[in-house]
Amino acid sequence: MWENVSGYLNYWLAAVLLLIGLYGMLGQPNLVKKLMAMNILQVAAILFFIALAEKTGATAPIEVKGLHDVGAYVNPLPHALMLTAIVVGVSTTGVALALLIRIHRHFGTLEEPEILERMRL
Amino acid sequence: MTAHLPVLIVVLPLAAAVAVPLVALAFPKAAFAVACLALAAAGVASCAALSHVLAHGTLRYELGGWAPPWGIEYVVDPLSGGMGALITLIAVCVVVYAGPRANGGSAARSGMFHSLFLLLVTGLLGIVLTGDMFNLYVFLEISSLAAYALLASGGIRGTVATFRYLIVGTIAATFYLLGTGYLYALTGTLNMADMAARLTAVVDARAYGVAVVLTVIGLAIKAALFPLHGWLPDAYTYAPAPVTGFIAAVMAKVSAYALFRVLYFVTPAEGASAQALMLLGWVSVIAVLAGSILAMAQQDIRRMLAYSSVGQMGYIVLGFALGTPAALIGALLHLFGHAVMKGCLFLVVGGIQWRTGIYKISDYAGMGRRMPLTMAAFVVAALAMIGLPPTLGFFSKWYLLSGAVEARAWLFVAALVLSSLLGIVYFFRVFEFAYLKTPEAGQGTPPRQELPLHMLAPILVLTAAVLVFGLLNQQVVGGIIRHALPGALAP
Repeated sequence: MWENVSGYLNYWLAAVLLLIGLYGMLGQPNLVKKLMAMNILQVAAILFFIALAEKTGATAPIEVKGLHDVGAYVNPLPHALMLTAIVVGVSTTGVALALLIRIHRHFGTLEEPEILERMRL
Repeated sequence: MTAHLPVLIVVLPLAAAVAVPLVALAFPKAAFAVACLALAAAGVASCAALSHVLAHGTLRYELGGWAPPWGIEYVVDPLSGGMGALITLIAVCVVVYAGPRANGGSAARSGMFHSLFLLLVTGLLGIVLTGDMFNLYVFLEISSLAAYALLASGGIRGTVATFRYLIVGTIAATFYLLGTGYLYALTGTLNMADMAARLTAVVDARAYGVAVVLTVIGLAIKAALFPLHGWLPDAYTYAPAPVTGFIAAVMAKVSAYALFRVLYFVTPAEGASAQALMLLGWVSVIAVLAGSILAMAQQDIRRMLAYSSVGQMGYIVLGFALGTPAALIGALLHLFGHAVMKGCLFLVVGGIQWRTGIYKISDYAGMGRRMPLTMAAFVVAALAMIGLPPTLGFFSKWYLLSGAVEARAWLFVAALVLSSLLGIVYFFRVFEFAYLKTPEAGQGTPPRQELPLHMLAPILVLTAAVLVFGLLNQQVVGGIIRHALPGALAP
């Protein structure tokens, strides 16, 4: 049981972050907190990919003279993928913030129950 | 030239999306023309690629000259080529419908609208054409981001609905991304064809099951499959008419396409994906019925159509789940048909709202006289949704039904028939108000208020497509859809 936790600690961390993010997005009444939870969710996915690339004792994927063993370098592909995912995350956050500014200008609040209450009127 | 067609389909709208806002500032009148031309050119490229593929087999394009599985490749097979042609057809209709003064007047604003719209089309075409799992995620997010901006441009209720869609949509995309991560960890590749070959060896791994579950949930949210449809009705109801027309027609369909692509072309037929399909079958039966029942309960016609979309998505996924050749043909034909029909219906409803401000079904009294051509188009498309011959909707439901009978899934047969009957109920309610009821006395007869030509023409084109493709269904099925089935089932 303990090996399952300690051997895969980084994956467990990603899973915990994922659940925190999901909980925040579904459970928080404040829209900005929902957005922050969304960022936590995205970070969880990013950490998961980065953890996939890790190898024990391997170095950064920049060629060292005389070191031709593939196993000596970490896998660079997940890092490259996650650069794209980070860009996607930043863009999504930007769009979401723009929406929130518009909502705040109109309602003067970012608490979801209050907004729903006013929309019903 | 032919060799470059796959990438041209995506690059043309992308380049135009960058160019249009700049053109709009310098020559306000030219921006609309640039957008139309780019989409038309992408449409021509899609059709050329499709006909080439049907004659000579699958077309592959290595992006940047990097050979797969290391590089990203675009693949045009009959399935993706057909989807590309469908997306560009609807896109051209909608951009003409939106017109040069889209989104409230000023040149800069309409330039932004056209730019975002082109980006949305780029994203959807990219999802369809890419042969790479991660590239699909990137295009999924490109199309989603453009869609958020477009949906939010319809007033404050639209903005609130869009924020919720953004949250849910990001959960969906992240699930898909994690699923891709698991698949990558199992196979060490992101190329779909390569992955399909390597996955057979790891079908028994527990991580494979997790990968399938995450991917399917992610794409099912994006496709608005009941009970993951919560974001859809508000987002569709409060968006500007052209935006709803396009997004309702193709965006959820493209996610359904991605689901089909992953479950039938990437994952092996046995194991977790078979179980996922079985579960999706039961869920979609509920979706078919729940969507129709919720649609009956609506007073707002836009919301009625949105819930009807939830039900129709159930039909498509039900066909995927049954998995017999007839059912898959039915699902793909319905995917095509529903895009045309629902696009047409939303354009009509949006046009009527733009012209008269009416969106409640009970206010439709006398609409058949006020806008005869527009309402006639509505009637044709609605009859197709119900499934009356010789419209496209009849034939797709026919294939689905015969597929369900073939698989001896009697409960599915019953659900399909019952939901069609419910469709009659909610569409005939609109017919009753539009044609049989007269407006309240004392207001005199309202004048004829037909839509302007640039709005009416796309509606009529889509209406004609419902009838023409219905009559030509043999050719569509035999010529394209049969070849789009996965290898084991293709003739």
